Amino acid sequence: MHEFTVAQLAEGLHEGRFTSEELTRALLERVQALDSRINSFITVDEDGALAAARAADARRAAGSAHTLTGIPIAHKDIFCTDGLRTSCGSRMLDNFVPPYDATVVNKLHAAGAVTLGKTNMDEFAMGSSNETSYYGPARNPWNIEHVPGGSSGGSAAAVAARLVPAATGTDTGGSIRQPAALCGITGLKPTYGRVSRLGMIAFASSLDQGGPMARTAEDCALLLGAMAGHDPLDSTSAKVPVPDYSAALAAGLEGLRIGLPVEYFGEGLDGATGTAVRAALAELEQLGATLVDVSLPHTHLAIATYYIIAPAEASTNLSRYDGVRYGYRCDNPEDLMDLYTRTREEGFGDEVKRRILVGTYALSAGYYDAYYRKAQQVRRLVQQDFTDAFERVDVIAGPTTPGPAFALGAKSDDPVAMYLEDIYTLAVNLAGLPGLSVPAGRVDGLPVGLQLVGRHFDEARLLNVGHRFQQATDWHTQAPALAGGGG
Amino acid sequence: MAYETVIGLEVHLQLATRSKIFSGSATTFGAAPNTQASAVDLAMPGMLPVLNEQAVRYAVMFGLGIGAQIGKRSVFDRKNYFYPDLPKGYQISQFDHPIVGRGSFEITLADGSTRDIGITRAHLEEDAGKSLHEDYHGQSGIDLNRAGTPLLEIVSEPDIRSAEEAVAYLKALHSLVTYLGISDGNMAEGSMRCDINISLRPAGSDTLGTRAEIKNVNSFRFVEKAILHEFERQSDILEDGGAVVQETRLYDAERDETRPMRSKEVANDYRYFPEPDLLPVVIDDAYIQALADALPELPVQKRHRFMQQYGLGGYDASVLSDSRALADYYEAVVERCGDAKIAANWVQVELLGQLNRSELDIADSPVAAGDLGGLIARILDNSISGKIAKQVFEAMWQGEGSADDIIEARGLKQVSDSGALASMVDEVIANNAAQVQQYLEADEGKRKKLLGFFVGQVMKLSKGQANPQMVNELLAQKLV
Repeated sequence: MHEFTVAQLAEGLHEGRFTSEELTRALLERVQALDSRINSFITVDEDGALAAARAADARRAAGSAHTLTGIPIAHKDIFCTDGLRTSCGSRMLDNFVPPYDATVVNKLHAAGAVTLGKTNMDEFAMGSSNETSYYGPARNPWNIEHVPGGSSGGSAAAVAARLVPAATGTDTGGSIRQPAALCGITGLKPTYGRVSRLGMIAFASSLDQGGPMARTAEDCALLLGAMAGHDPLDSTSAKVPVPDYSAALAAGLEGLRIGLPVEYFGEGLDGATGTAVRAALAELEQLGATLVDVSLPHTHLAIATYYIIAPAEASTNLSRYDGVRYGYRCDNPEDLMDLYTRTREEGFGDEVKRRILVGTYALSAGYYDAYYRKAQQVRRLVQQDFTDAFERVDVIAGPTTPGPAFALGAKSDDPVAMYLEDIYTLAVNLAGLPGLSVPAGRVDGLPVGLQLVGRHFDEARLLNVGHRFQQATDWHTQAPALAGGGG
Repeated sequence: MAYETVIGLEVHLQLATRSKIFSGSATTFGAAPNTQASAVDLAMPGMLPVLNEQAVRYAVMFGLGIGAQIGKRSVFDRKNYFYPDLPKGYQISQFDHPIVGRGSFEITLADGSTRDIGITRAHLEEDAGKSLHEDYHGQSGIDLNRAGTPLLEIVSEPDIRSAEEAVAYLKALHSLVTYLGISDGNMAEGSMRCDINISLRPAGSDTLGTRAEIKNVNSFRFVEKAILHEFERQSDILEDGGAVVQETRLYDAERDETRPMRSKEVANDYRYFPEPDLLPVVIDDAYIQALADALPELPVQKRHRFMQQYGLGGYDASVLSDSRALADYYEAVVERCGDAKIAANWVQVELLGQLNRSELDIADSPVAAGDLGGLIARILDNSISGKIAKQVFEAMWQGEGSADDIIEARGLKQVSDSGALASMVDEVIANNAAQVQQYLEADEGKRKKLLGFFVGQVMKLSKGQANPQMVNELLAQKLV
């Protein structure tokens, strides 16, 4: 059963070929057997999952099932789950059990999805390799000596290893798309405001967006349909109707204009990765799309801009972790200052502290204009680049990452090298656009991703292009050896 | 040297919304600690603010009340600092783009003169919680009931020149916001809290001196005392040739002094930046116009109307328009009795005097406006004298019924029957031969004085019920 996609499992459940309880048990056993090598889960909720599976079976019997009813999924450990520890990959929240569900969790729960557990991630979603997790790195199922990417590395690894058919992720600068690319799965970062951020632990509020990670675009369409929509409790969530993403999958690509940013195929792109991506683009051309060169001239400023804005927001979003009300508190504080400093010194890891310091500096009196204000101005230029390009094309395409998954530890001593990992993804967050990564080839046995970027709220188009590509290729069906595939 | 005091006030006004500014928690005062704190107020992970539209509406109403520019696109910012009663580690406030821009309003001083005080800006923000330092065995307790309560911070221009003006400003502000119904203005419960910026300069100078900021002064009386104290302190420094240090000070009411706050408590770089969890607040003209159309008559307008319509002096008009309830009461009294000036006198002297002594609000007055008007009507139609009226008022205050009931029951009706009065006058004249002799021998000036004696005797004989004017006339006729 673990080989099936969400759509296939939904069909099996619908036809009564197996129950959700059987499916859930099978996947729990698989997690037990394999996850010690991948470390993709921080928390497995066996009892909760089985209870939810039985409830889903009862609901199906009662005739009120949704497509997702009884489908086991995993949530990135950044989404608050009522009564289930939510750590955000940090010692700071190692003991934190929320008394509420995130809206995303709530909606998937309402559709009948079964929460198997919470997946590993970079601490507070800050990282591109899953190595900053307090719980140790998740590993890439294609080669466990390599990183799965991050920050949603646990979700990507769990889906790639066929421990769950789908998982949720969040993407602030590439944290869904990059691990999806490195693990050979499909991941969608929706338009900013498409999915509620309530109960999703904040990293950088103006960039964070939750989305689905699965093996196929078709599955991502099913999940997004359940996750998306306006939330009155998130002021930045958009009042835009949610279309039927599944219904839009099959449309032909004839006449579709795909823009290729010249800046995404230049220096810094690994040769073999570039070759794989160009082959994927040729496939899309075969399917009827027209490839057009476009320019996103401010691409080179995106990383610097992102690494001002995201840490600035993070530095204050993380101020609430002060040892006063919940989470980690240092032992025997002498006074208030000692409580603050030791709690945060001991509770946060190095990368989180680095970003708090960078962000605090960027917002400080005397530096605000030079850094934060300037970054906001450049952000508008980056947005304008995309607006201009979308006057000529329907979708923008290119590599998701500069190269395939790197070895564990290869970049952990060099933060800037790590930040360059997100060079093709984070401009999309600065512009608030939707981005999809689909498996598009392999380099040295490791997966490579094709990134598709769309206009605001045009997820349906991205999923349609991704789906048609997957109809014509089989990269997305290949499984790593560890998961029983041909590797 | 003579110094001029230059004062600007920052008032934190608690808005009377039912729920908090960014969460659905109730704002009721005095609930058990942390019973009105939701996951949002506690800054639990993943929680987000949602703006309470009522707070925006109240802020706009205030702006309209002071004739200010309304910010059509105001922005919330994060003000960052660490403190245990600030759960998020930042306060959501407004920095560059406040909801209310420049405005002004008129204050009235005791001599009836008026001044316009400029308002620099007013912005929306959330309140912090409270740290409780007692009863926790050396530790501190945190009560987050107040965290997230909507505040309007109202910043005045440095237009205030004395403690008296500062208090008049606060009273006028109190009056305005209670008229608008946007705050209960209750200083004792912290609904209006005041920071005072104060500096001195030689009289006649145009340049501002170095100021001190006095934090959190929470009653009209303390504002007055803190300013007077700070004036003494700063003028002593300047007289000695010293320089005032720019600093934040606390007013200690028990010792009636100000003292510097520890620098640790004030040395903050707040790192303001736009709050990414909230969209800018965009307000259109139709929204503003609808609120403007629905505004009640405001204190200043009412004061001017009272002066014109009722011929009252500036100070009386100011007192009587201080609250909507009092102004309504006064106008009901006038309507019943028909004499605005006597009504003004009775309401201010007898009624407000009694209310103050009994620590009662006008809304709880035991004497209804119609009844007080009825009493005054009896003075005007000569049924009773002013002196008897005070007795009747006392009885009304004790709940003995309307003026007419009391006059009837106690037989207090003024004697205006000329026959009855004439015989009383005759009796007094007969019994006071010596004084009559004195009167007849006195010159015009002394006679007036002596006449008072006879009037008094007649009043005494009538138990106060004789019509004094008629007694006067009869005595003048008979004492020849």
